[in-house]
Amino acid sequence: MEKKKKKKWSLKEDFKKRWQLYLMLILPVAYIIVFCYAPMGGIVIAFKNYSFRKGIWGSDWVGLKYFKQFFVNPDMAKLLKNTLIISLYSLAASFPAPIILALALNIIGGTKFKKFMQSLTYAPYFISTVVMVGIILQCLHLNVGIVNNVLEFLGMDRIDFMGKASLFRHIYVWSGVWQGTGYSAIIYIATLGNVDQSLVEASLIDGANRWQRIKIVELPALKPIITIQLIMAVGGVMGVGFEKVFLMQNSLNLPVSEIISTYVYKRGLHDMQYSFATAVGLFNSVVNFILIFIANKVSQKFGETSLW
Amino acid sequence: MHKKNAVSGTKVKLYRTLPDRILLAAVWVMMIFIMLIILIPVIFIVASSFSDPRAVSAGKVFLWPVDFTLVGYDVIFQSPSIVKAFFNSVSYTVVGTIVSVTLTMLAGYPLARTDLKIRGVVMFFFTVTMFFSGGMIPTYLVVSKLGLIDSFWAMILPSAMGVWNVILIKTYVQSSIPSEIFESASIDGCSDWKYFTDMVIPLSKPIIAVMVLLYAVGKWNDFFSALLYLNDVNKQPLQLLLRNVLVENDSIGMAMNLAQQMSRQELKTQLQYSLIIVSSVPVMLLYPFIQKYFVKGIMMGSIKG
Repeated sequence: MEKKKKKKWSLKEDFKKRWQLYLMLILPVAYIIVFCYAPMGGIVIAFKNYSFRKGIWGSDWVGLKYFKQFFVNPDMAKLLKNTLIISLYSLAASFPAPIILALALNIIGGTKFKKFMQSLTYAPYFISTVVMVGIILQCLHLNVGIVNNVLEFLGMDRIDFMGKASLFRHIYVWSGVWQGTGYSAIIYIATLGNVDQSLVEASLIDGANRWQRIKIVELPALKPIITIQLIMAVGGVMGVGFEKVFLMQNSLNLPVSEIISTYVYKRGLHDMQYSFATAVGLFNSVVNFILIFIANKVSQKFGETSLW
Repeated sequence: MHKKNAVSGTKVKLYRTLPDRILLAAVWVMMIFIMLIILIPVIFIVASSFSDPRAVSAGKVFLWPVDFTLVGYDVIFQSPSIVKAFFNSVSYTVVGTIVSVTLTMLAGYPLARTDLKIRGVVMFFFTVTMFFSGGMIPTYLVVSKLGLIDSFWAMILPSAMGVWNVILIKTYVQSSIPSEIFESASIDGCSDWKYFTDMVIPLSKPIIAVMVLLYAVGKWNDFFSALLYLNDVNKQPLQLLLRNVLVENDSIGMAMNLAQQMSRQELKTQLQYSLIIVSSVPVMLLYPFIQKYFVKGIMMGSIKG
């Protein structure tokens, strides 16, 4: 807020005229300062030996000690690898899925069935993460789950899905597709609904079949949104959801399911190594920011839409 | 291919060639697959929750209740800790939604006013937080320094206002309430505040509905805040208790008299199914209302984004 005076307009005059609006902004601005900017300032503890007694400012500086500690940690490579694999796999599966769904629904056309399918596919989005994981655990349960019940019915052996580390990533990613595809498709469906009908007619007159129409008319119409969504998704790579991974973790899948954010939670809030955990979290954010920056640069290069 | 007419309407040429027919058939196969894959897990959970625990344990339940019983629901309503957690969640959701919607409106309206000179600065100040955050531990330390750990407000305040939602409100007010209305109102001596309460709020009902639904679903489903900030069992919301029962396989909150009637393991399993249902019912009841507004909300956001 210190920047105010640099502007040509006078703060005093603006305030005099619009003081009621200023008053309205007090609470939201206070919220942002306390719960967004204060924690950003709190990041300094990554460079300090934080002790609860001395507080954030009183604690001693230790420089890059905790970053070094993390980089020499044998867990670091594993954490980074797990985080990247889960999120890239997730991206590869859940990014195209809504586009395919939207194109398919568009082929079905403006029928009641389309509306029904739309409502049905985005309903899972409203299920909470805890319930979602509960449903996964119950459906894949070794003894009582429906998947194993069917396998047994078909004369096959029951599989301990949650007990196999090798299956963790697949379960995580495809349950995510199950839950999120319909919701993510909304924006694509709406865009396809706004496609210029004269383009469609022109393609029909030129004798394009339905496949060609997807290629010539529909995909180009979706392109700008796909680009934006892709940049956002790449930016979210390191922000892979803490909650769901955390809830799906068990001692058997931990070697592949421990990711940076769950590690931060355990080191920070369980072991109370606040400074170390903050340093790890900061490392995560920096990598994340670099990724979104690169993604944006790349899309600018190709002359497409960019975030800024 | 009787569906052809409904699909192609008047466009006669469509779906005549072989590749087109393959495409159409593939799409219908896909739709049926999607329908089944979404419905089967849900039906299985519902069916299991109404089935006899012994049948469930024996792996006999598919898509229809076996030996219908309500015992899983009995346990829920006879367990004080589950009922308590349910009402905790209700109060977090109600109070949280009111606080969040109020804050978001208070921020969104001034930022929509082009005659407010400071709005550029404030907007920048808000937007920065969408790209940078302090992260889990520093946020936890701030919340704890404020003395919010184990307090009611720990569930309300730390995630009270979403900047994205502020932008939604701002965009809505700017694009759907003509500035001429304000100009004529201010000539009549209408203050900024009065204009907000008498004009902006009534005219923004659709977007407020979207906000209420977004925040309410978010608060009801919030597990993260409770995991971080609440240790007190009496304060825990349903989602945290659910985690303990569903994921950690904890048996807290069981009604003892019922537990004695059958083996603990069977009851536990039963409780898991019925808890999934009970915790999802409130959101699912909202769903018909949500879905109409939700799509609109997402679209309004994407205009800007």
